[in-house]
Amino acid sequence: MVKVTIDGIEIEVEEGTTILNAARQVGGDIVPPAMCYYSKLEGSGGKCRTCLVEVAAGSERDPRPMPKLMVSCSTQVQHGMVVKNLTSDRVKEARAGVTEFLLANHPLDCPVCDQAGECHLQDLGFENGKEGTRFEEDKRTFAPRDIGDKIKLHMNRCILCYRCVYTANQLTNKRVHGVLNRGDHAEISTYIEKALDNEFIGNVIDVCPVGALTDKTFRFKSRVWFLKPMNAHRDCPTCQGIATVWMFGNEIQRVTGRKDAYGEIETHNGKTAWLCNTCRFESKDVAQWTIEGPRVINRHSVISQGHYVLKNPLEDKNTVKNLK
Amino acid sequence: MKIEITEQKRPVLSEEAKAEIQRVIGHYPEGRQKSAILRVMHIVEEEAGGWLSPDTMDMVAEILSIEPIEVYEVATFYTMFNLQPVGKYVFEVCRTGPCMLVGSDNIITYLENKLNIKVGETTTDGMFTLKTAECLGACGYGPMLQCGEEYHEYLTPEKVDELIEACRRGEIKGNKVV
Amino acid sequence: MGRKLLLEHADVPGIETFDVYRKHGGYRSVEKALKTMSPEEVVEEVKTATLKGRGGAGFPAGMKWSFIAKPEGVPRYLLCNADESEPGTFKDRYLMQYIPHLLIEGMIVSSYALGANQAYIYIRGEYMFVLRIVEKAIAEAYEKGFLGKNILGSGFDLDLSIAPGGGAYICGEETALIESLEGKRGNPRMKPPFPAVQGLWQCPTVVNNVETLATVVPIINMTAAEYTKIGTEQSKGTKLISAGGNVERGGVYEIELGLSVEEFIYGDEWCRGIKNGKKMKALVPGGSSVPILPAHLITTTANGDTRLMSYESLSDGGFASGSMLGSGGFIVFDEDQCIVRNTWNFARFYAHESCGQCSPCREGTGWMEKVLHRIETGRGNMRDIDLLADINKKIEGNTICPLGDAAAWPVAAAIRHFREEFEWHVTNPEEAVKRNYGMLKGVTA
Ligand SMILES: Cc1cc2nc3c(=O)[nH]c(=O)nc-3n(C[C@H](O)[C@H](O)[C@H](O)COP(=O)(O)O)c2cc1C
Ligand code: SF4
Ligand code: SF4
Ligand code: FES
Ligand code: FES
Repeated sequence: MVKVTIDGIEIEVEEGTTILNAARQVGGDIVPPAMCYYSKLEGSGGKCRTCLVEVAAGSERDPRPMPKLMVSCSTQVQHGMVVKNLTSDRVKEARAGVTEFLLANHPLDCPVCDQAGECHLQDLGFENGKEGTRFEEDKRTFAPRDIGDKIKLHMNRCILCYRCVYTANQLTNKRVHGVLNRGDHAEISTYIEKALDNEFIGNVIDVCPVGALTDKTFRFKSRVWFLKPMNAHRDCPTCQGIATVWMFGNEIQRVTGRKDAYGEIETHNGKTAWLCNTCRFESKDVAQWTIEGPRVINRHSVISQGHYVLKNPLEDKNTVKNLK
Repeated sequence: MKIEITEQKRPVLSEEAKAEIQRVIGHYPEGRQKSAILRVMHIVEEEAGGWLSPDTMDMVAEILSIEPIEVYEVATFYTMFNLQPVGKYVFEVCRTGPCMLVGSDNIITYLENKLNIKVGETTTDGMFTLKTAECLGACGYGPMLQCGEEYHEYLTPEKVDELIEACRRGEIKGNKVV
Repeated sequence: MGRKLLLEHADVPGIETFDVYRKHGGYRSVEKALKTMSPEEVVEEVKTATLKGRGGAGFPAGMKWSFIAKPEGVPRYLLCNADESEPGTFKDRYLMQYIPHLLIEGMIVSSYALGANQAYIYIRGEYMFVLRIVEKAIAEAYEKGFLGKNILGSGFDLDLSIAPGGGAYICGEETALIESLEGKRGNPRMKPPFPAVQGLWQCPTVVNNVETLATVVPIINMTAAEYTKIGTEQSKGTKLISAGGNVERGGVYEIELGLSVEEFIYGDEWCRGIKNGKKMKALVPGGSSVPILPAHLITTTANGDTRLMSYESLSDGGFASGSMLGSGGFIVFDEDQCIVRNTWNFARFYAHESCGQCSPCREGTGWMEKVLHRIETGRGNMRDIDLLADINKKIEGNTICPLGDAAAWPVAAAIRHFREEFEWHVTNPEEAVKRNYGMLKGVTA
């Protein structure tokens, strides 16, 4: 075990733990936001840079501070390391910068986005963003596309976290979508018209931190905060059948995996409870499920805190253009 | 003018090309054949007349026993690959700082006027495609352009005229006609 | 006349062939190293020579070599970085094109030092004609027994081949190069783990620049003790400099480190001054990523010392009044050149070349390019200049690989030294559009 101090809180964690996971063991506000890292996806992390923290002391043996901010999701703790997250002005400034970058080309079309209310970018913007944007250029735009008959891709909203690519690599045997082009032209795509139809491919919707990949079978009859999330399970030959069903009255409008405080699919029976497509897309009848009871959304998201505030998206000229 | 993706039949690889592919795959340890992808794509692109259609890329995937998306991902990352049909001669004029300092802008404009196309376009007779490129490592000899594997340096309007004429006379190696 | 250690025989007709190269002393270092030295002794020699990496970062080669992990039964690899895409830099091409056996010779000795039995040269795809020259030289070296099994009966085996890129500056970054060599997109990897521990196919790997590896040859031949007699206190030996832009005679020159910048730019043996009798306005001394210097800081430092072609002298004054030797790509600007336009051009280059993996670089480089383009075409305002400086700060140091820094530094430096020129574009939009190129003569020079 190694001892590490994060924002003044001391904790002992196993050797090899990342700063982010150490912080998650403490929990609460000191946990850095993570838009690309996903503990269940090997190789994820390092890209979004929202989880940057300051390492004020490298270790007991070498207590020098690290000159650069470090990505907490991919930096392992050392015995005696001192980390500053909320208590570091450098971190706050860098994170505000990253937030501004991530929002620069984002359409801010929350009023018409399925993910509104459970979007990590919305949370990030709320907690770290500054009022108004200084980005006055034309935003890059892509037309929304169906990738198969179950999944819709709104590339405008994508933050290129690569989670969906890792998901396809690690959960399915033949990946058909990926990241094409490079720089700020990079996009998630299948290149030529192709359907994502692997049995587990629906999980890309659950891992997507924003509303870039959405469930076409959820015809958002209502906003998520009007829906009642319920824990439910069913006997499924393909997956564990452990899900959250989102109900409006007695109707199941949408099925998702069960997510923990950090938006990650929970582990059940020692395995990540990834949902299969049948459970997700084709089991919308209440009779198909055993409803366990209401699910408490314990994430510090904008919906759970009831402070869902639109940042005047309608005043943004690009938003209006993108409303379809 | 935006050329739409045109489906193209797969190129028939010449015996030399096949042998060459075999040879370059042999540079890597067993099971690491994917490492040869860029070289293989260069070879196949040449055989296919200077560009890679989705179908041709699928062929590359088969050669290397990988998924087609892995080829698309690579092909769209690297700027040398043409994913749309191109003319027999592709002029890639360097537009980066050092060349700009010695007048690459003028050369690009001159070519646009001379060929009556904009950067990114192909002449209607299918002879010339005009592109810009980032620093090609000839900054001391600019302005310059690359055509096929050859560098043409110290460009002036006169030299550009000469080059175009030489292409028309068939003295410069152009893309294969397939 | 400076001493030439690398290009001494570059002009000899036929030097690209094994026989001519051998006649001029080629492959002697292989004989010396493999027959009379242990691998550790070779590493020690390169360490003692204090050879700094010639690819840009200037990391000591011998030290890098000593970091390579040596787990039992795991192959080690030596990769030669011949991606050379940093604007202003074209020295590696020269070396490979005219004297390819020098690189091969250096790679044999270096591989021996590292215990690598497989080495690759990763060359930018646009250099396909150079690849063919090197490939031919490699075939000759195999034929003559300098590559392959049991080289010169020493028991040391080495396979060497060359692989092309496909048009991507970022693949010059060592981990992106490794990814590319694995057949993937050139997305840099996070470090740690460093390539010396987990590089190509997760095996210990050393990546070195073409010139670095070639320089191993004279070091072994003449010994480190002799080699270190050339150069300055902190910069030993010779360096290839590629000169471009508005100089009278652009090209690749081998200089003894410590030559004065003035002599290099104006001397007969070198660049012969500025073209068309103009005055020099600015200089980028180490490839497009390093800070630009205005005329008054080029030939002398802020302290009034003579500015020398050396690692320490070019960086004298830090970023405030100095720059970096970087890759040795000299870009010279005459008095008519527009710094704003050039800054925009470089910003566009970096935006174009960003791999797009991490958000500060992906979004920040594109943003800077757009703002600079507006200013350059007379559509900017004063607050844009501060905005640029701020975007810069938010990219720098916060990205996966140094391309983010490389994109930020030139913009920061241009604003630092030529702010009035940016302001001129804002206050004279019409003229900025009309002239669109060049500033009022003599404004800064
Ligand atoms: C964006 C970027 C591009 C680079 N391009 C090159 C290059 O073209 N050639 C090169 O030798 N090094 C390049 N480098 C430096 C390499 O990462 C690495 O440091 C170098 O190859 C090590 O060799 P050396 O120590 O012999 O210089 C680049 C680095 C970055 C960050
Ligand atoms: S689509 Fe979603 S999961 Fe995929 S890269 Fe974009 S933001 Fe990430
Ligand atoms: S800094 Fe730029 S080039 Fe480097 S990894 Fe990040 S996005 Fe890619
Ligand atoms: S979560 Fe660490 S960089 Fe994205
Ligand atoms: S800038 Fe044109 S070749 Fe380097």
